Amino acid sequence: MGRSKFARLSRCNDVASIERSFRDDAGRALATLAKMLGDIEAAEDAIQDAYLVALERWPREGHPKHASAWILTTARHRAIDKLRRERRGREKAERLAALEFGAPSRDPFAEDREMNVIPDDRLGLMFACCHPGLGVEARIALTLRTLGGLSTEEIAEAFLVPSATIAQRLVRVKRKIRDAAIPLDVPAPERLPERLADVCSVLYLIFNEGYLASAGDSLVRRDLCDEAIRLTRVLAHLMPQEPEVMGLLALMLYHHSRRDARSDSDERLIPLAEQDRKLWDDTAIAEANAFMERAARHQFEGPYQLQAAIAAEHARARELGRVDWERIAELYTHLAAIAPSPIVDLNRAVALGFACGPLLGLAALDAIDARALETYHPAYVARADFLRRLGREAEARDAYAAALALTQNARERAFLEAKMLEAGASVTPRDDERDGR
Amino acid sequence: MKYMLLIYTPHDSRPTTPQERAATMPAWEAYGAELRRRKAYIDAAPLAETTSATTVRAHDGKRTVTDGPFAETKEWLGGYYIIDCASLDAAIEAAAMCPAAKYGSIEVRPLVEM
Repeated sequence: MGRSKFARLSRCNDVASIERSFRDDAGRALATLAKMLGDIEAAEDAIQDAYLVALERWPREGHPKHASAWILTTARHRAIDKLRRERRGREKAERLAALEFGAPSRDPFAEDREMNVIPDDRLGLMFACCHPGLGVEARIALTLRTLGGLSTEEIAEAFLVPSATIAQRLVRVKRKIRDAAIPLDVPAPERLPERLADVCSVLYLIFNEGYLASAGDSLVRRDLCDEAIRLTRVLAHLMPQEPEVMGLLALMLYHHSRRDARSDSDERLIPLAEQDRKLWDDTAIAEANAFMERAARHQFEGPYQLQAAIAAEHARARELGRVDWERIAELYTHLAAIAPSPIVDLNRAVALGFACGPLLGLAALDAIDARALETYHPAYVARADFLRRLGREAEARDAYAAALALTQNARERAFLEAKMLEAGASVTPRDDERDGR
Repeated sequence: MKYMLLIYTPHDSRPTTPQERAATMPAWEAYGAELRRRKAYIDAAPLAETTSATTVRAHDGKRTVTDGPFAETKEWLGGYYIIDCASLDAAIEAAAMCPAAKYGSIEVRPLVEM
């Protein structure tokens, strides 16, 4: 159920209790009913109907003891009625009507006594939303819609696309799940690692979209980071034995801890090395550290844990006053081995540049296939930085210009223009870098 | 839930000699046997080459018959399986086991229940 639908319901004088019901439980009720129906769209419609019935009856007859279970039961009856009216729905309706439901959840973490009476099926819904048979953009939109409870308009605003596009994308993806019978369930154990990686990747994409947003962007866009963290917490809670989920959550929290230090009052981007580390969020870092410790108790070390370990090095450096670039380069080497990518190679080159001097960094950068990074502007920024530190100012300016030509983001452009000016202004390199150390 | 597996393979991958054809048979037979063991098998057939294809239209009562179409893409539809599976995940498992998945591509399409 979207927040926009809630806006229509808010005239109700029992608004507070319905609001609670919406925020806490809508995702869970939807997951359970969608699994029963094998159809997200039909489940959404039935749950919306149920809320409309609640709106009419609760103020008159009183608030039910188990409001969420009441909503789910009412929605299920609505769905059965609707199926019975359809020619081809009757068989499905009878199956649904016969389904036993109401068994207490075995979830030991469930704090909400109301939700204990219905199972938590959100994990299955998450796997369905992030199914490899769906387009990546559709996965993101559907995850935010069904599990995040964002409205179509909010998703459109967050991803800077027209809401008609998102609406169409959502309709299409929900129908594919229904028509192709994509299971709203946890995949078979032998497929679990790759399918979990798909879920993690969608959550990380949502986070990164929010991370790229600036203060000039809409609030919902900036809130994507919080939403991604919230969803990853749900995933970590439902799959408490998965170190990569803990790694992903830690990675997001480390990045998120720097949110107040990443730009100045004029919206200019501040690179990691120049950030005021006092502005970093201690609580987020401490929580991330705790997740890293939990993840380390498991034997498997995956790409999210390694990226989080790199972020942890930066977070730690704040206390020690210096960054252990050798350790970071080593972690990137490890990461490149298990998750090879030209971007990881680039980051490794940058770390080497700090650990062993710009000459070695530049050599590592030159060793990467140039075509792989041709349109990736951070590669030119890294090159420019190495060249500047080597005193090759003219070449550095060319590299900054190439980076500028590749970026549209106003904040990044301002940052690059300032760097270019610096490269033009400073004639002599710093003494300690002249020899390429 | 019934699915059709449409098997697309590169033009040059079809065996040309009887010996070559015989060499590929055990893999296909094993695949059919595995689908039957899973109680998924409904029907299957290879298709003759696209050079034998004829296209028929009867738009507005006017019948047209033309030669082709000849596959212009790199891969062509070489055959199909119809299988019965609990979900798309099971159908994907079945498609991934198909011998042609190693060198071609398998399109998984649900059948519409009428």
